[in-house]
Amino acid sequence: MSFRAAVITFPGSNCDRDMATALEAVSGVPALRVWHGHAELPDRLDLIALPGGFSYGDYLRSGAMAANSPVMRAVIAAARRGVPVLGVCNGFQVLTEARLLPGALLRNAGQRFICRTVGLTVANNRSLFTSGYAAGEHIRIPVAHHDGNYLADPETLDRLEGEGRVAFRYAESCNGSARDIAGVLSADGRVLGMMPHPERAIEPAAVAALGGTDGRRLFESVLATLANA
Amino acid sequence: MQVRVSVRLKPGVLDPQGRAVHHALEGMGFDSVQDVRVGRLIELDVAEGTDHAALMAMCEKLLANTVIENFTIETEGAR
Repeated sequence: MSFRAAVITFPGSNCDRDMATALEAVSGVPALRVWHGHAELPDRLDLIALPGGFSYGDYLRSGAMAANSPVMRAVIAAARRGVPVLGVCNGFQVLTEARLLPGALLRNAGQRFICRTVGLTVANNRSLFTSGYAAGEHIRIPVAHHDGNYLADPETLDRLEGEGRVAFRYAESCNGSARDIAGVLSADGRVLGMMPHPERAIEPAAVAALGGTDGRRLFESVLATLANA
Repeated sequence: MQVRVSVRLKPGVLDPQGRAVHHALEGMGFDSVQDVRVGRLIELDVAEGTDHAALMAMCEKLLANTVIENFTIETEGAR
């Protein structure tokens, strides 16, 4: 199949290659790579991925500078047209700073950088990113972040839960996130931000060394949705 | 024109950094401290006549995240 995915690279991104590798491993098609300074994206994209890392050195706030870079104006416009957008870790921070997703990601409640594989519960398996999981399924995906403490006001949290926009929750408290939220969907379900790294959990050959293969189905879900569209 | 933007976490937003500083102060024997909140001071040198609306836009679009932070703008001379 043809699958056109673009991975955005900001200065300080460091999971962009992992993301591109994961997308190619699952789809068989090399991902397009886009530099943050580009004001335009390639046309006919099936997915835009904002990778993890420390864009602009996390200056000011994690994701704040990247959210205002030229390429993000194009990403915001594409998201408004319904192009699926996946933001992982720093990508999630960029999406909240760009107001494509509600809430904000604060310093972990324990102050420490957390780097380990954590248990997640699939809270919504009806989105294009999560249809390959069972509702309530327990999966394991690595996290590696300092600012993953998700916060929104209680009304927003109630709305997110009521509308099924919490995609993933931490199975056990991880970083202080409100209601253990690990991943959030946009109102139209086509933008997903999550702190855990599904792109680090796709290789069967690396199960022992890395975080298993539970991330693979996220990418497969996107492909399956596109194939059925 | 000198402008000072103070950015603070909103009341009620947990400030782990402030809490760590509080603990450190207590450990140093400063036991009168009741709470610590850490904010950010941003100093801007802007062209004379830059209007308040532009400063507000800078704060709302980049310097502060109004989901979690409040900000104040202080221009030189204004007391």
